Amino acid sequence: MKHTWTAALAVAATLLTACSSGSGSSGEAAPAEKVTLTYANWSEDQAPAMEQIAAEFQKENPNIAVKVQTLPWPEYWSTLQVGAAGGTAPDAFWMLADHFREYAKGGALIDLSDTVKSTGIDMTAYPKAVSDSYTYEGKIFGLPKDFDTNGIWYNKALFDAAGVKYPDDTWGWPQVQEAAKKLTDPAKGVWGIAAPIDAQGGYYNTILQAGGSIIKPGGTASDFAGPEAVAGLKFWADLQKAGSSPTLKQLSDTEAVSMFENQKVAMYFSGAYWAFRFHNNADLKGKVDVAPLPQGVKRATVTSGIGNAGYAGSKHPEELKKFLAFLGGTKAAEIQAATGTVLPAYKGTQQPWLDSMPEFKLQTFIDAIEYGVPLPVAGNTAEWQGLAAQYLAPAWDGAKPVEEAAAEYQTAVDEVLAKQ
Amino acid sequence: MGWALLFIAPATIGLVALYLWPFLSTLIKSFQDVPAFGPATFTGVDNYTELLGDGEVWQAFGNSALYTAIVLLGIPLAVVLAALIEQAGRGRTVYRVLFFLPVVTLPVAIGMVWRFIYNGDFGLFNYVLSWFGIDGQYWVADPRFTIYAFAAVGIWMGLGINLIILGAGLQAIPKAVYEASALDGAGRVRQFFHITVPLLSPSIFFVTILTVIAALQMFDLIFIMLRSVNNTALADSKTIVYLFYEKAFVQFQQGYGAAIAIVLLIVIMIATALQFRLQRSWVFYG
Repeated sequence: MKHTWTAALAVAATLLTACSSGSGSSGEAAPAEKVTLTYANWSEDQAPAMEQIAAEFQKENPNIAVKVQTLPWPEYWSTLQVGAAGGTAPDAFWMLADHFREYAKGGALIDLSDTVKSTGIDMTAYPKAVSDSYTYEGKIFGLPKDFDTNGIWYNKALFDAAGVKYPDDTWGWPQVQEAAKKLTDPAKGVWGIAAPIDAQGGYYNTILQAGGSIIKPGGTASDFAGPEAVAGLKFWADLQKAGSSPTLKQLSDTEAVSMFENQKVAMYFSGAYWAFRFHNNADLKGKVDVAPLPQGVKRATVTSGIGNAGYAGSKHPEELKKFLAFLGGTKAAEIQAATGTVLPAYKGTQQPWLDSMPEFKLQTFIDAIEYGVPLPVAGNTAEWQGLAAQYLAPAWDGAKPVEEAAAEYQTAVDEVLAKQ
Repeated sequence: MGWALLFIAPATIGLVALYLWPFLSTLIKSFQDVPAFGPATFTGVDNYTELLGDGEVWQAFGNSALYTAIVLLGIPLAVVLAALIEQAGRGRTVYRVLFFLPVVTLPVAIGMVWRFIYNGDFGLFNYVLSWFGIDGQYWVADPRFTIYAFAAVGIWMGLGINLIILGAGLQAIPKAVYEASALDGAGRVRQFFHITVPLLSPSIFFVTILTVIAALQMFDLIFIMLRSVNNTALADSKTIVYLFYEKAFVQFQQGYGAAIAIVLLIVIMIATALQFRLQRSWVFYG
């Protein structure tokens, strides 16, 4: 009996030490000691630029090494969440607006408010829509890394073949619908536009352009069934109805962006983040350009951006803050711009990005900040956004009137929001 | 006594740390509301009552049950194939390797390849069907077909392991039995049904148990094959483990996810107990 207890104790002791070594030791490393920070991201495309930024930071801070970790997108959030709850999260990592609130509310992020003050970071240098996304209860938990707005990516070769004028800033909704119809050629397997059930690149923008809103002020109810929102959703359902887009099934099998890259669709509403990929695609050389989103009742685009945030349980909080401040500064922004990876958030650092891909009218995306609206977040955003495909598909397919599908979606979203 | 403890310690500590502890913490979480971070609160059986009234959970269990039922059809197939391979003489090893290849291939890679094969517009599968004048479908984009499409891959993936187990079982059947029956005038088909199947039944039973458990836990195929950004078939095609993943890791509802995992555990236990009860009537332990 006695032995059993000894064994149990031994096991328990092992478990306890195993658990505590992860989160417990709040290291106050002496400045001279060399420390290593980890910096996680989810993009193979951008990893080289992140390495370059880390190297630049190390040059200025020889006692801090930075290890860049690139995780595949489907695993990124589960890895980060488990790490943050279990004390093994990377020190610095990319954050998105729709995940941010859960992390900030849960106390998983390091507070950067004092760092911003002491290092004199000018928060107005970032697009407000993005910096606001990383502020929670007045505290700054993340510094904007990049931002994106939406535009119409279009294939000039397909426009030329169909004899249709390229989209420009005079276009409204009817011009898109007409052009999409003219560009569609079933015999060649070419469609005018891709109309998937896509929130950020798609119906959020048209709902806002119709004068609607997605989440009502206060964040406790959604507004998908309002007449403006219905008009914004109809824009896409109409494109499907006219046969101007591949069907939802086709777009489930082959993602819209792949359809665009394979030159199967002539127009694709999406963000600046594709520029680098299109630029590197030899098949698309000289064929692709971008124009502003069409105007509805007014101009609008959702805008969002990745933020750099740090883990509250990091063993090296001081070094981490220093690194995050560096990531939010001009040097990191310039590296991103020069390598063409993304549109950096820091004001005045975007020129190298424009110059890196002169074949696209990239200024379009910067001009769009003026009418940019933050990506809506409320309650458990991932949960209600995950319901969209299921509720809106019947509207896109024409199986249900848009009004009905929108009303059902609104009810489902409001149920999720009511849980908070 | 002291030494004995020391010797079993590596195994025991591993068992406790990797199985018992996670299981207990899952069990505890299933009675809690667990936010992504921060302290959990006890909510009694709330997760379970919510789960029983959740159409999504029932649908996911239905999908998993359908998937399991179809994958079970792979077992008769495996028995016939195992018997045929046994006859193949020298070529046996080649066949075994061919059938075993999917087992040693990463499920992720398999999922990717089959996603291309099933593609509605450019997929190989629809192309082959077109030779026979059959209209292709969007196999992994149309909720009417997704579970069947997964199950076909599931059968193919499981075949290798099943063949190894059944092959070992076949070799344990004494040759004398076949020789004796041949003298009595039994043909190959008759031998298969009256000798091979009954004498192989313990192995078949074992394979069935493993297949049911693996099928009820299917996750990777759906995760890879339906992962495209706006797949409209996903909502109707979720399996129970996929739903668990979504609740626990995408939607930050760990308590609810834990409750799903516990219910799945109970379902698997019942299914396995039921099979053990049923085997009395058909498994023959010579």
